[in-house]
Amino acid sequence: MQISVRRIDKTAILELTGAIDLSSSPEVRKILLHELRESRTPRVILNLEKVKYIDSSGVASLVEGLKASRDIGSRLLLFGLSPLVRQVLQLTRLLKIFEIYENEQQALSA
Amino acid sequence: MEKTLNILILRSQAGRQVDTLNTDLLLKLEFPSDPELLFVVRGAMERLTERMGFSERECRSVTRAVDEAVTNIIRHAYRGQPNQPIVLTCYRLPELAQGLEIVLEDRGEPPDPGRLRGRSLEEIKPGGLGLHYIRESMDVVEFSRSGGTNRLRLVRSLRPENTIQDS
Repeated sequence: MQISVRRIDKTAILELTGAIDLSSSPEVRKILLHELRESRTPRVILNLEKVKYIDSSGVASLVEGLKASRDIGSRLLLFGLSPLVRQVLQLTRLLKIFEIYENEQQALSA
Repeated sequence: MEKTLNILILRSQAGRQVDTLNTDLLLKLEFPSDPELLFVVRGAMERLTERMGFSERECRSVTRAVDEAVTNIIRHAYRGQPNQPIVLTCYRLPELAQGLEIVLEDRGEPPDPGRLRGRSLEEIKPGGLGLHYIRESMDVVEFSRSGGTNRLRLVRSLRPENTIQDS
């Protein structure tokens, strides 16, 4: 799993590459929560275009990030969900609780 | 225990059964409770389910169930200790009940009965989703414990529209 961070004004765009499973989700969680709780970034966008797999620990990290964003009044947005990632969120009825966009431009404009 | 992965594949590429082995046995993996090895388990399950003739969606589904089950063993039964033994065994179901039986065994702590029941999806919170993914994916999910060994049995039938790709 690789995670890179870009910043545009008050937005952080986290690009995740690889599989989010038990071996990588602690790192995803750490970076995401740091961005929200420590840096207090007003808007965090996750680019999931290159995420090939996500397990329940990865989903839990996203949910925790969403809760953290709500706690501090910021926004967490997702884009580039593969059918597999979409299906995993759908199975646990989480698809509708996230702000999801097709691409980065849409997420930045939202 | 060393960080090793023992793989016993019981069918040759030509699909012939190895004579001395159980005729229903398809695959056996013995590996330590190291999260870094989850991708190996997923790779093995993807190839096996493809070979058995499951649809692409079913392959993903069964693979996810096994991945979640192994994750639960690492996280809960072994509390994150990375060098404890896990055994994954896959059997082909008899011809009349075509499908795949998967048995996962570990020597960790027994699961909390409350956790085995799963949780409601109405509550939006992190955690507790793995068992839901397993139940969504498999036709049979059975847990037992005997002599200090936890045993999770998962069964997924081949749907009638699928055919077994056996050479």
